[in-house]
Amino acid sequence: MTSRNFRPNRRSVLGGMGAVGLSFGLPGTGRAAEGTVNFYNWDTYIGETTLAQFTDATGVKVQYDLFADNEELFAKFRNGNPGYDLIVPTNDFVERFIVADLLEEIDHAKIPNLANIDPAFADPAHDPGRKYSVPYMWGTIGIGYRKSAVSTPPTSWADLYTSEEYAGRIALLGEPTTVFQMAFKLMGKSMNDWSDENLAAAEAMLIAQKKNITAFAPDNGQDLLLAGEVDLAMEWNGDVLQVMEEDDDIGYVVPKEGTMVWEDDLCIPKGAPNPDGAHALINHILDAEQGAEIADFIYYATPNAAARTLMDAEYTENPAIFPAGEAMEKSEVSIFSGQETLAKIDAAWTRVRAAG
Amino acid sequence: MEHYRQNLRAFAAFFVPSAGWLLVFFVVPLAIIFVYSVSETISLTEIKTTWTFENYARLLEPEILTLFWRSLWLAGISTVICLCVGYPVALVIATAPAKVKPWLLLLIILPFWTNLLIRTYALLNILGTRGRLNGLLEWIWTQGDRALTFIGLGAYDLIGEDFEPITFLGRWSGVIIGLVYVHLPFAILPIYASLEKLDRSYLEASLDLGAGQWRTFRSILLPMTMAGVMTAAIITFIPMLGSFLTPALLGRGQVDMIANVIERQFKGANELPFGSAMSLFLLYVTFIILAIQSFAASRGSRRGIK
Repeated sequence: MTSRNFRPNRRSVLGGMGAVGLSFGLPGTGRAAEGTVNFYNWDTYIGETTLAQFTDATGVKVQYDLFADNEELFAKFRNGNPGYDLIVPTNDFVERFIVADLLEEIDHAKIPNLANIDPAFADPAHDPGRKYSVPYMWGTIGIGYRKSAVSTPPTSWADLYTSEEYAGRIALLGEPTTVFQMAFKLMGKSMNDWSDENLAAAEAMLIAQKKNITAFAPDNGQDLLLAGEVDLAMEWNGDVLQVMEEDDDIGYVVPKEGTMVWEDDLCIPKGAPNPDGAHALINHILDAEQGAEIADFIYYATPNAAARTLMDAEYTENPAIFPAGEAMEKSEVSIFSGQETLAKIDAAWTRVRAAG
Repeated sequence: MEHYRQNLRAFAAFFVPSAGWLLVFFVVPLAIIFVYSVSETISLTEIKTTWTFENYARLLEPEILTLFWRSLWLAGISTVICLCVGYPVALVIATAPAKVKPWLLLLIILPFWTNLLIRTYALLNILGTRGRLNGLLEWIWTQGDRALTFIGLGAYDLIGEDFEPITFLGRWSGVIIGLVYVHLPFAILPIYASLEKLDRSYLEASLDLGAGQWRTFRSILLPMTMAGVMTAAIITFIPMLGSFLTPALLGRGQVDMIANVIERQFKGANELPFGSAMSLFLLYVTFIILAIQSFAASRGSRRGIK
């Protein structure tokens, strides 16, 4: 979910830069003057006027920087906060930040607009009681595909992981955790069961399939799909929605074995220079109208129930944004697996990447 | 010239800033990396220095050796191509009229005015299966197919029934093209410099005395510009060995080199000690290459063609 650049006119090369580990966003160190909130977010993951309206309403300026992926975000904070007040990690990374004791507790009293959030999001497994996080957006991973290039639409992760049918036309994500987890789903296992047998089986599956895979895309699978370089791409739903708007021939499906349901959260890192400003900005983002403007622009699913009531059916009834049915019932949330598992995952991933 | 002890103040004025720079931006970071490389990851954010050699032992895991080996031979082949392409280009520039020479040199240097990332994205656009290069090849194929049909051979599919685009991205070929493209100027410039310094009368003498063009190149020109060729080889090979961006983008995750694994240790794997050990190992390899080169160079100059 590296590049959240939904609208084509908003696209920048920055997502791609981040995808290969470069990011030119300067940390806000030393600029945290009175009345500035340093907000560190994904690319194109906010409404067009959300931040300007916040400054107009409160007089607090927003210093807005972009990061490209969760791993980069964590790497920047592991040795201390470089000067940010508000960050947007994904649920399993929220857990990672909590385990590493890098997050400030959220003061619910300062965020009255929390009442707008769908109660289903009140007590998630990754942050019981929402002590450290406020839900921002959620989504799924699925298969984006070119309708005219497939005889029947793909329905299973097997189409990507084991089938010969689409040899040379497949892009997988370049992120090891997710790629292994979807292999686990295909094997009928829980995606949070990192047993050695599961990992070894998934590794063997990927090494065998590697010759049929065109790219382990650093989150530009949707671009490869749009350019016609591949016909099937494992991608984050919002990224596929983005290219579906440019090209009617592209579809999105959540495979029948189920998928990962992820959630990005607003969090205040320890050592934030302006926690009050961060709370005020969270409250502003959670406002019903602001939330609707953001969701309408970035086209990810919002947990803001009040905002959803303000939006049209094209958004609220879009199956690619709010998927339903059996596949969703089999879906899971990724749980942070611990440092030792990270090393294990990387070793297996290196063997996959070195093969062939 | 004065001995530095006689003018300590002037000496200090030059020495302190440069030594300070080296200390802060070279020695200290390298020392930190070294300490990391003999440490253990004990939690998400904590690293404990235990003076272990485990991280270095992990370099012997087969997949790491495979990736080191792949980096070596990809960089090796690309270096050879750089030299083979770079030498004639340098020769053309060196022998060009004085008026044209600066313009040719400018053309070589011009790509540096564009960021490497942008140039690599341009290569992605050119080398894709639906890219410009395959577009050109398809056009040539179509013309050929038409010509064959015109002379009545169309039914035999002599050049294939349909145009088959060539896959570069995600293959060794694409990464090698990228490495050569990025590093070629570094090969041309030192060879050009050594050709410039060369006394042309040696070549005339060789030709006058009956040696052919090839013999003159092999026995006179090449040995006398060998220093430039060696420099070119070193300054293309070493950065290629640690190349990150080119395999990351053009290799599409199918042709990882060692730098891609190192990057993951500092991000996803969160294994700074192992990443540090690999970085240092790459540095040691570089030192060994440089040592061999300077050894060879000193032997060469002693034996020397004078």
